[in-house]
Amino acid sequence: MARVSLENVTKKTGALCPVFGFTLEVKDKEFTTLLGPSGSGKTTVLRLVAGLERLDSGHIYIDDSVADDLTPADRDVAMVFQTYALYPHLSVYRNLASPLEARKMPKTEIDRDVKEVADILRISHLLNKMPIHLSGGEMQRVAIGRAIIRRPKVFLFDEPLTNLDAKLRVHMRAELKRLQRDIGQTTLYATHDEVEAMTMSDRIAVMRRGKIEQYDSPSVIYNNPQNYFVASFIGTPPMNFIDCSYLERDGKAYLDAASFSIDVSDLSQTLKERGSDSEMILGIRPSDVSVNREPVTHSSIETEVYVLEPMGSMAILDLNVAGKIFKVRVPKHFKARTGERVWITFTRERMHVFDKKTGRTII
Amino acid sequence: MARVKIEDLTKKFGDTVAVNKLNLEVEDKSLVCLLGPSGCGKTTTLRMIAGLETPTNGGIYIGDELVNDLSPAERDIAMVFQFYALYPTMTVAENLAFPLKAQKLTKREINDRVREVADVLHIAKILSRKPSQLTAGEAQRVAIGRAIVRRPRVYLLDEPLTNLDAKLRAFMRAELKKLQKDLGQTTIYVTHDQLEAITMADKIAVMDRGVLQQYDVPENIYDRPKNLFVAGFIGSPPMNFIDCTMVESDGKFLADSGEFRLDLSEMSDVLKRQLSTNEVILGVRPEHIVAQTRRLGPDSIDAEVYVAEPMGDQSILSLKIGRHLIKTVVPISMEADVGSRVWIDFNRDKLHIIDSRTETTIV
Amino acid sequence: MRRSNKKTILRTIRFVMIALATIVFVFPIYWMFVTSFKTRVDMFAMPPKWVFTPTLENYMDVFLKVHYTIYGLTPTPTDFDRFLFNSVLISLSSVALSVGFGTLAAYSFSRFELKGKDTWLFFILSTRMLPPIAVLVPMFLMYRTLGLMNTHIGLILLYTMFNLSFAVWMMKGFIDEIPKELEEAAMIDGYSRIRAFIKATLPQALTGMAATAVFCLITSWNEFAFAYVTSGFESRTVPVSLARIRGESGINWGLITASEVIYLMPVIIFTFLMQRYLLRGVTFGTIKK
Repeated sequence: MARVSLENVTKKTGALCPVFGFTLEVKDKEFTTLLGPSGSGKTTVLRLVAGLERLDSGHIYIDDSVADDLTPADRDVAMVFQTYALYPHLSVYRNLASPLEARKMPKTEIDRDVKEVADILRISHLLNKMPIHLSGGEMQRVAIGRAIIRRPKVFLFDEPLTNLDAKLRVHMRAELKRLQRDIGQTTLYATHDEVEAMTMSDRIAVMRRGKIEQYDSPSVIYNNPQNYFVASFIGTPPMNFIDCSYLERDGKAYLDAASFSIDVSDLSQTLKERGSDSEMILGIRPSDVSVNREPVTHSSIETEVYVLEPMGSMAILDLNVAGKIFKVRVPKHFKARTGERVWITFTRERMHVFDKKTGRTII
Repeated sequence: MARVKIEDLTKKFGDTVAVNKLNLEVEDKSLVCLLGPSGCGKTTTLRMIAGLETPTNGGIYIGDELVNDLSPAERDIAMVFQFYALYPTMTVAENLAFPLKAQKLTKREINDRVREVADVLHIAKILSRKPSQLTAGEAQRVAIGRAIVRRPRVYLLDEPLTNLDAKLRAFMRAELKKLQKDLGQTTIYVTHDQLEAITMADKIAVMDRGVLQQYDVPENIYDRPKNLFVAGFIGSPPMNFIDCTMVESDGKFLADSGEFRLDLSEMSDVLKRQLSTNEVILGVRPEHIVAQTRRLGPDSIDAEVYVAEPMGDQSILSLKIGRHLIKTVVPISMEADVGSRVWIDFNRDKLHIIDSRTETTIV
Repeated sequence: MRRSNKKTILRTIRFVMIALATIVFVFPIYWMFVTSFKTRVDMFAMPPKWVFTPTLENYMDVFLKVHYTIYGLTPTPTDFDRFLFNSVLISLSSVALSVGFGTLAAYSFSRFELKGKDTWLFFILSTRMLPPIAVLVPMFLMYRTLGLMNTHIGLILLYTMFNLSFAVWMMKGFIDEIPKELEEAAMIDGYSRIRAFIKATLPQALTGMAATAVFCLITSWNEFAFAYVTSGFESRTVPVSLARIRGESGINWGLITASEVIYLMPVIIFTFLMQRYLLRGVTFGTIKK
């Protein structure tokens, strides 16, 4: 039970993925995800909190006390590595017992705790096996077991699901989320998979090149991304972006892209105020666009079909809009052939406009 | 022009049977996916088609010619490996040109071909770089380019997208599919990712432990899986399976799951004829279950929310019904916290009844 | 059919070549082995006798000398057992020290950021570039001054010094291959770095240590020049004692070959025991992921 707070943390020296002026506050029992592409520094942050790396400047507080100079052993954190890092020469039982043995707990207590944790994670039948004989999912549960057995203040997860195959990953996502809720520990989770971040977190910190771009709940990040990067990173399939210019003509305002224009007269005030110049980017998610075989409103845009990607319960239609690929979600049985002409209509309330120069969201 | 035909193909490694009497016909110009979990024999099959493994039994025909005794070079095939296998000391252009050098084309012809392929794959700008300077996506395209440049009869791809991160994979899926359609070449693609298979393939061959389970177009594999394995493997989130016993009561034919009963009287003839036992598995996909916060009708079943995974505009709910755990997809707007009560109905047209003993789908 | 014919011819040629190479390499050892069981007469027979009645008299000569004493012909023990003991003691000690310190140093080089790390590593490697015999005279003078002549410790230190650079380089390769997450997990579990090293890294490094130990052992076991120059009677090793056999009544080849066979045994047995680890160990450190 503990808050974790990073205050203006910088790590530059010797770090592959440096972190600059990083400030984050994770509330007690909260599940916060560090989300970002590889190289954004999320693993660095995790390792700094764990004590495996030293800060260049700034402070880290665990449970309101300064943790900067504490060794990993003294910080009372637990970490689940991407590669699980199970001791290959020890049985599952000994692996689980390791943190307790390090603290020199009596054998009977160790035995009791190991059996309890094995029960929770449903690995009791594996206690005598060696890591080399376990499947990916089993190894992962042992790694998690080794972390929770100590009841530390903070859990740190470094991309734990990345090495599992797709089916197991989907299953473990739900299990991990449920487990965290049941155990109620503060958790810091690093991943590059935004689906994981969206489904599991209380709050997400989207990171890029060592800095936080936005730190909010998943729904806010999804619906109100603060800038272009966050908008492009969250959402599968990703948001569609079209470069356009703001111009006024005949008393109306338009966002003009190469092959079409959209009337934005009702938004002109906001656009003029917040935009640094007239170069803007229009963003709209694939699920907020409708496709028809003829124009529906006067804002419908004509496009050409590039390819159809069936995805089981629905399909993605790739369209050619002014030379760029534009994705739209369509129902499962939608039929379309390459080269066909179709019309797309945007859901206006779900449109986003970004300032091209600064990347910040205007609408 | 190249059909690929596999007849009774068997491969044994010592006592283990990796591929068991496989029969498959790949039509000219089509993209066929060999899909299955690791160890199912799909890579072994691909390698046998390539000539990197010799079959224990059976025949492989490329373009109606028996190729069992031909070396890989003589079969006129090209293979893209999971790990790209680019020559690190050569530039991209030299890597692309390499396969052509063996074919004794003039320098001019080689250059033209390399240019052509580079344009198709959008890698013309990086022709003078070395593999160590490329991003994963670029390296992958160079690997594909090296396969295309020879214009072989058949392309073999071994999990080429597995090592790319999620976003790049999504991008490459569409690109590869378009590329295959443009080039019009027969392609055999191995993967364990069912989403890749569904998105890209003209036909999917699902394999498990060396045996072909079902060979059909993606829609049929998704809507009409032939057995338990196929039903559970395709679709994300995966199909829900509920163990039931068929009972007769009040003249009705019911599936009893222990928590609820489902009236299947209208299918009773088919079921009675084809079932070998009265233990069945009820299969229903998450998107075919409707969940509401209030009771919809007399047949609605009530359930408790175990975990909620928000995914942008939708949410995956894991629901607990007695000892069963079922997943369903609901719009994000639905109020569903952990522990709250919901009512669900199954879409009766989309139910699958699977015989427990034989594991084949009856309905 | 073409393909399989060509294959068979190639295979036969390859087989013949390998057989020839094997014979060339193995023959001296075979000869030595066989000679040790021959009587003096058989040894010098021309043309060489392939079939003969074996005798163990040479082996007995290794351990017992037959003297004319006041009691008549009596056997007295030779000093071979002392020399054998010296060899074993000196070799095993130096191997233990070089592998032990080498592993620790390799761990530091692998895990820690040291100023001028590459320079240090190169420096360590450079000591192997020097043929040891080049420093024979200076070492001799140093040892004489320090009073290390004819001591066990003198040779142990010397061999350790020679093997240490090799051990550091070999072990660094192995330790680089051991994921550092293992000891990091141990540190997070609550172990200090040293305990984490012992608990998590060391068990994984054992195969590398076995391979390194075998190579160091072979070097120390067979070392001649320095042992010859620095040893008196007390610290003499077997290779030196063999060279001195010459001094007596002609060259007693039977005695020499029998001594050699006996001397060979421990190393062969040790390597055989380590065989499982050896092959894995030799290639393990070379493959970069």
